[in-house]
Amino acid sequence: MTGNSQTPDPEKEKRKIKSVKKMKEIMTNYYMEAKTAEQTGKKVAWITSGGPVEPLIVMDIIPVYPENHGAMIGASKMGVDLCEKSEQMGYSRDLCSYARADIACAPVNGGPIGGLPRPDMLVCCNNICGTVLKWYEVQARYFKVPLFILDTPFCHTEFSDEARKYVRKQVDEYIEFLEMVCGKKCDFDRMAEVGKLSVRGQRLWQEVLDTAAHKPAPLSAFDAFFHLALIVTLRGTQTVIDYYTGLLEEMKERITSGISAVPNEKYRLLWDNLPVWYKTKWLSEKFAAHDACLVADTYTSAWCGSLKYINENDFLGTMAEGYSRIYLNIGVDEMAETVIEMVDKYDADGVVMHSNRSCKPYSLGQYDIQRIVQEKRKVPTLMIEADMVDERSFSESQIETRIDAFMEVLKSR
Amino acid sequence: MNNLALFHGIAKNPDEYARKLKKTGKKIVGYFCSYTPEEIILAAGAVPFRIFGRGDVSLADAHLQAYSCSLIRGALEDALSGSLDFLDGVVFPHTCDSIQRLSDIWRINVKTGFHIDVVLPVKLDTKSSGEYMSDVLRKFLGDIENGLGVVISEDDLKSSVVKYNRIRSYLGKIYRIRSENPALIGSADLHAIVKASMVMERDHLLEELAAFTGSLHGGNVAVKPAGKRVVLAGGVCNLPDIYSIIEDSGGTVVGDDFCTGSRYFEGEISLKGDIVESIAKRYRERINCPAKHSGLLTRGEHIIKIVRESGAKGVIFLFLKFCDPHSFDYPYLKDMLDREGIPSMLFEIEEQLPSEGQFKTRCEAFLEMLEA
Repeated sequence: MTGNSQTPDPEKEKRKIKSVKKMKEIMTNYYMEAKTAEQTGKKVAWITSGGPVEPLIVMDIIPVYPENHGAMIGASKMGVDLCEKSEQMGYSRDLCSYARADIACAPVNGGPIGGLPRPDMLVCCNNICGTVLKWYEVQARYFKVPLFILDTPFCHTEFSDEARKYVRKQVDEYIEFLEMVCGKKCDFDRMAEVGKLSVRGQRLWQEVLDTAAHKPAPLSAFDAFFHLALIVTLRGTQTVIDYYTGLLEEMKERITSGISAVPNEKYRLLWDNLPVWYKTKWLSEKFAAHDACLVADTYTSAWCGSLKYINENDFLGTMAEGYSRIYLNIGVDEMAETVIEMVDKYDADGVVMHSNRSCKPYSLGQYDIQRIVQEKRKVPTLMIEADMVDERSFSESQIETRIDAFMEVLKSR
Repeated sequence: MNNLALFHGIAKNPDEYARKLKKTGKKIVGYFCSYTPEEIILAAGAVPFRIFGRGDVSLADAHLQAYSCSLIRGALEDALSGSLDFLDGVVFPHTCDSIQRLSDIWRINVKTGFHIDVVLPVKLDTKSSGEYMSDVLRKFLGDIENGLGVVISEDDLKSSVVKYNRIRSYLGKIYRIRSENPALIGSADLHAIVKASMVMERDHLLEELAAFTGSLHGGNVAVKPAGKRVVLAGGVCNLPDIYSIIEDSGGTVVGDDFCTGSRYFEGEISLKGDIVESIAKRYRERINCPAKHSGLLTRGEHIIKIVRESGAKGVIFLFLKFCDPHSFDYPYLKDMLDREGIPSMLFEIEEQLPSEGQFKTRCEAFLEMLEA
């Protein structure tokens, strides 16, 4: 993420997204505020990436994301060291590397930002995996703070009426939990406002991602991995709206001025699964060298993919469904349909799938998705075996060979 | 003379047993994991058949990564190779991420009759999750009726619950007798009885359990063996050899926290009040699998209780490799045991036991260290 101080290459400079600077400022301020919460008297909640952050915003609680922390650890290549620490603590190497890195970080305040601020409460929504449940149980034992679990039943083929009733009830329990921990009542008028801001933020994020449908794409999935942080962490605030409004403008300008993410975009690819955080630059350059741009991905679009179930005028009433039917909480066949829709929407020539050892809900079923997409859209697919944070599971030479071979297939078509 | 050979035969080859049963006109419903509300399957007149999965995976490799556990890989292999073609349907209760995705992959690729997902709550310790659990069981009841083309009456349900209470009570009794006098029943015999109980025609099972328990009373009480008393903990244990290795290494298994063990038969269902709610209550209150949430220290306290009650000197954790929920709980469980002065060891296993020698060596070293 940090550039070196050599003479800038004007061609590269032109392609750089200008909003990045603003984004870094926002994220720095956000982490500063979170890290100093103890002094300012604000409460801190650790929350899962797919969890409903809006009630926290309403209650003036600072949301902190251990998964985002995991991504930072991965991107700063501190994953192996922390993962090894967790293994010394007795955690199996086969477990999720976000969880391992974060669990190892807590007792030593390690990692790129010296550990996350101590939580006053933990909010775990299992719409992304069962791992977060175990991870948050570990942290609840360690920090001895209250844990709220928002249980979103898995939607294999449907979101049942029974599940709807259950999750809706838990939304009320969630708010009661926050009222109890904070010792103050929830302002439901503000809740309605924050709900609207959340929906607007998600729509804007979707619009930003949609600009990549333009040929050539003004941004790549690697850019999206970076700009994603705001919709995850500060959803429901004006900050998100202002930032993505600016980013969207910039993308439109890039389209008008013909600035593309990859210099000579010839091949358009779709990425599936979490990023390989410690290799994003390498992968980005590797594909760009083949004139290939990863124009979209299933990961960053997951934070706006269930908008269709949410009514912005009845956010509390409809968020149960919106949060239950996100990309990772649906059946493999429905996921394959989503991938196919994205292939069509972004006119992708191929799909690159990261089989991620850390994430079973995302990865188990990928072989079937691969087959279904190949059958229905006849596009080539590439499966990369790796891990999002633990670099020990990344074989650079093997993956390089596979990417080269895959690109040869694409070029010969 | 008792009927152990029958249990061993069925436990060794459950598929063959099921095929024979099928020929008598019985409907057979496959299921995963000890959270399947079997009472409702039995009430529908079908035989609940627990799917274990065997080794030698090849077909399943096209659908599941190598970092999936051997239980789901082995089960999918069985399904894809046609060795489960006797099933009239299959039931997937929601537990871990792996079973969750296996259900999808199975639904897309395998034809084993109807396919029912029982999307249970993940947290079990709140009022609303309890209500949801009952709602889900009612929905499941309707799904099973549709799948098998039958109507389940209140009496059917009650009669099934009575049978399950009796089965579970027999299994509990056999465990207790054995814990008191391990020489009466070998560990591998116990394993065979529990495993066969999950696949046998349940009326027949009840007769055999009654006969076996009866045979224990009049029998000669052997001298207590010198083996050191240990408790096993983990998920699925489908390896009879494990028990003989532990015994050969100088140990005696006197209790377990396995879903193919005591988690399967713990807890009686009340016949008072709404029967579906009573069934739900048992699944909520029974000691949980780590894929479910029921308090932060519940499992640790439970294992300590088993150790104390059985007079065990140590705990052997046996986990399937790639089983995330168990691996996440291990450090805290070990810590709690350490604080209580209870030694423990961890061994990760595959469905097969390739490292038999390694397990024996570890066992011997561990048992040697335990107090007599």
